[in-house]
Amino acid sequence: MVSSVESYASWSIRPRAYRSPLGIRCGTVEDAELVTRLRSGDEDAFRYLVDRYHCSLLRLAQTMVPTRAVAEEVVQDTWLGLVRGIHRFEGRSSLRTWLFHVLVNRARSTGVSERRPTIGTGPAVDPDRFGPDGGWVDPPVPWPDEVDDRLTAIQLAERIRPRIAELPAMQRQVVTLRDIEGLSAEEVCDLLGLTEGNQRVLLHRGRSRLRGMLENEMGKA
Amino acid sequence: MRLFRLRRRRSELVCREAVELVTDYLEGALSDADRTRLEGHLAACPHCTEYLAQMRRTLAVVGRIEPETLDPLVQDELVALYRRWQT
Repeated sequence: MVSSVESYASWSIRPRAYRSPLGIRCGTVEDAELVTRLRSGDEDAFRYLVDRYHCSLLRLAQTMVPTRAVAEEVVQDTWLGLVRGIHRFEGRSSLRTWLFHVLVNRARSTGVSERRPTIGTGPAVDPDRFGPDGGWVDPPVPWPDEVDDRLTAIQLAERIRPRIAELPAMQRQVVTLRDIEGLSAEEVCDLLGLTEGNQRVLLHRGRSRLRGMLENEMGKA
Repeated sequence: MRLFRLRRRRSELVCREAVELVTDYLEGALSDADRTRLEGHLAACPHCTEYLAQMRRTLAVVGRIEPETLDPLVQDELVALYRRWQT
């Protein structure tokens, strides 16, 4: 119990140090513990959750509503939803997934969400790069090994980040949730109300576009 | 002759088709037959092998995209709201 008190005491002092993208044990405060604390109105637990998820929620909201201002409202509404609904949280999903669900519902209820049913088609690669026999005439040029370096990958990620906005809304939603947030295919289907097949098509289009963007970045280097 | 060509087209992938199977392949969503066809194609095609490698590296890069940093003022505002919501 001592360790739990220690980690709890540390949130308010330096919550960022406890942020762990890999979910290392010391960085993860258990959902069950957070839920208990939120139910008793614990401000530090709320602050911790905001620190951990606010920007992810905002990022997802921005794929669902047309403006940043509306997205910010939707996220604030989501936090209110958490406060009002935490007593009903049953722990069937993670707290994060539950927050995403609240957010998606709020975004859709604004009535301005970009929810076009079109999945979109189109080739993964510019058809001009293949010959009449379907083989490459302009094949992908191998990328330098540095792409695998952590620092280079981080730099490339920074360059690609603003360009995610160029993807059509639903591709952006699926790619953001799957490849950036790391949700499972099943969670994403459930969250966005997609069939497995449609989820994969959106993922495929989105990922193909992102590969193309990176290919361009390599060309510039 | 025509039958032969049809059968050949069914069993052999061309590059243009192979790149469309990459996501299903990585997702483990291909049928055994399609997976075998794709792997057969990859074994013989360095360009599509490179394409698949690039897709894997793309995912590694995209996975490093961080959300923007939380503005401490926004956090304080939300905590203040939290206090109000509690009452």
